[in-house]
Amino acid sequence: MQKLFDAIRRSQIWRSIFRHGYPDTPRNRTLAVLSNTFLHLHPVKVRRSGIRLSYTWCMGGLTFFLFLIETITGLLLMFYYHPTADKAYQDIWALREHVPLGIMREMHRWAAHLMVITVWLHMYRVFLTGSYKPPREFNWNVGVILLVLTLLLSFTGYLLPWDQLAVWAITVGSNMARATPFLGHEGPGASLLSFGGLNLVHAGDDARFGLLAGRFVGEGALLRFYVLHCVGLPLAASVLMAVHFYRVRKDGGISGPL
Amino acid sequence: MGEQLKNAIDWLFEPTRYFAGSVLLLVAIFLGRKWFSKTIVIVAIFALGTVFMLWAPSDPDFRTIITKPDNVPIVILLGSVVFFTWLAMRQAVINDERVKEGKPTLEAELGKKKVFTWPDLVYIEFICMILFTAFLIIWSLKVQAPIEEPAATARTPNPSKAPWYFLGLQEMLVYFDPWIAGVVLPGFIIVGLCAIPYLDPNPRGNGYYTFNERPFAWVFFMVGFILFWVSFVILGTFLRGPNWSFFGPFEYWDLHKLEPLVNVDLSTYFWNFVGKPKPTNPLVREAPGILSLLGFFLLVPPILGKTVLRGLVKSMGMARYNLFMHLLLWFALLPIKMLLRWTINLKYIVGIPEWFFNV
Ligand code: HEM
Repeated sequence: MQKLFDAIRRSQIWRSIFRHGYPDTPRNRTLAVLSNTFLHLHPVKVRRSGIRLSYTWCMGGLTFFLFLIETITGLLLMFYYHPTADKAYQDIWALREHVPLGIMREMHRWAAHLMVITVWLHMYRVFLTGSYKPPREFNWNVGVILLVLTLLLSFTGYLLPWDQLAVWAITVGSNMARATPFLGHEGPGASLLSFGGLNLVHAGDDARFGLLAGRFVGEGALLRFYVLHCVGLPLAASVLMAVHFYRVRKDGGISGPL
Repeated sequence: MGEQLKNAIDWLFEPTRYFAGSVLLLVAIFLGRKWFSKTIVIVAIFALGTVFMLWAPSDPDFRTIITKPDNVPIVILLGSVVFFTWLAMRQAVINDERVKEGKPTLEAELGKKKVFTWPDLVYIEFICMILFTAFLIIWSLKVQAPIEEPAATARTPNPSKAPWYFLGLQEMLVYFDPWIAGVVLPGFIIVGLCAIPYLDPNPRGNGYYTFNERPFAWVFFMVGFILFWVSFVILGTFLRGPNWSFFGPFEYWDLHKLEPLVNVDLSTYFWNFVGKPKPTNPLVREAPGILSLLGFFLLVPPILGKTVLRGLVKSMGMARYNLFMHLLLWFALLPIKMLLRWTINLKYIVGIPEWFFNV
């Protein structure tokens, strides 16, 4: 058995992938991190204080992990889902009826809820440890945008099942846009923007209309939310996460007493 | 006994008591942090919570709201916020104790030592991932994702609720019009969060838990996050039913429960007091409210800056101080409006529905 393992480890294939021996010596542990694309997100050595669970609560890491779960389960769901008013609901229903032990939708939904919670808690811990203080001001701001993107991802996804729960939650949520000062037709100031007695801002062109592609949550909104949910927002979030992780390292790794 | 307890809990959770209770609880945590951070406290809280969660679902009305699949995360939210607040407070208390004795903080002491990412960090991440995956799979097998009737834009469900993470904002709609609760305040929350690193003049407490070295920052954030965000989400999820009326945890969500609308504008109070009919020009009619708001936003910062907050002006500089105060005053508007609503049934401080301008 040992011989077999040794043979595998000496094979050209193995050595083409892993360029170091088993990581139990300082040299190999260094190489294990440096030569791996993903592990290389980390520095080779970290301060003992920063990696304790009681310090970071692992919340940033879990948020990222949940984002990965969302990507995988979401991709699988996309195979079965059409973003049209007459098919969306049936597709979701079919996922429940026709897939034995299918839990992709459940995984996707519960992980999404959890991600909202973990991102809040991550922000909470970053604040309480004062980790937004110099030199990490910028990364805190990247984080705030990630927080908004996480909420928007969740919000756009909420509509996709196209049931009563979904449509009305999005209706209530997007009704706010109607009241945007100047930009919503029921917002303060909007009535001042008129031209020769003609209102420039009305239900057919205000902020809410732009969000929903219509005067109410209809097929246009479904497609718009679908595209944002599956392409636009995840892309933006991925780019910002890359920036976020890079900055964690460039700002000197996980914070600790100066 | 059971019924009486349920009635007592319903009574206790009525919004004004719920809010006052949350404030008292937070104050107790801040002042009694040494006591709160003991292990026995968190064990007791979770033991009590478990007993409650075993007992309460025997009530059909409680069971109805607690077993909605989308409400499971809010129970997790509540538990984790309580736990992590305790954990943070505990480390802050230990660190503050150590600093008083002239010892370095926990983080400073451990931070002297560096360890290899492989295996120390990689293992932690790996174990977290496996536990979380297992947890997610079990949860997904146990609880089916909800799907209700197909969308029908003509049939409005009652209550209509936003997704749970926005219920804090929906709860603010009780006190403010959508342009404030749904646009201005969330906008300022984002701007305010972004501004935090540039507004906090205190260089201490960077990279370790401490309460004594940044008491204002901790109180400020915990009040914002726990009181005005998490507790509002919980209120909006579990205690708001049809027509957004209040329902106790053990109360039946009766569609016909009506809460009398007796709210009155500030201008009505004023012109009644003066004994004249309301002027027709909205600007004149609403002058008392407009002047109070202008005074609030334009006079409070300089007055405080010249007196109690002189130190803050010095350490922050004029520009930052003013930005900070204006954000703070916007947030302060919420508890002020809540108190005015509860005490004198105030509807709007400034009410100009003609222009959709109601505060
Ligand atoms: C999708 C959302 C996010 C992901 C995936 C993410 C991920 C991470 C990870 C993995 C770390 C390393 C340390 C740790 O795990 O705590 C980190 C650090 C950090 N995050 Fe985030 N984060 C997110 C959102 C946020 C938000 C909302 C904020 C603040 C508003 C924020 C601010 C920071 C800061 C300042 C650090 C450096 C902390 C330190 O050095 O101790 N992040 N983030």
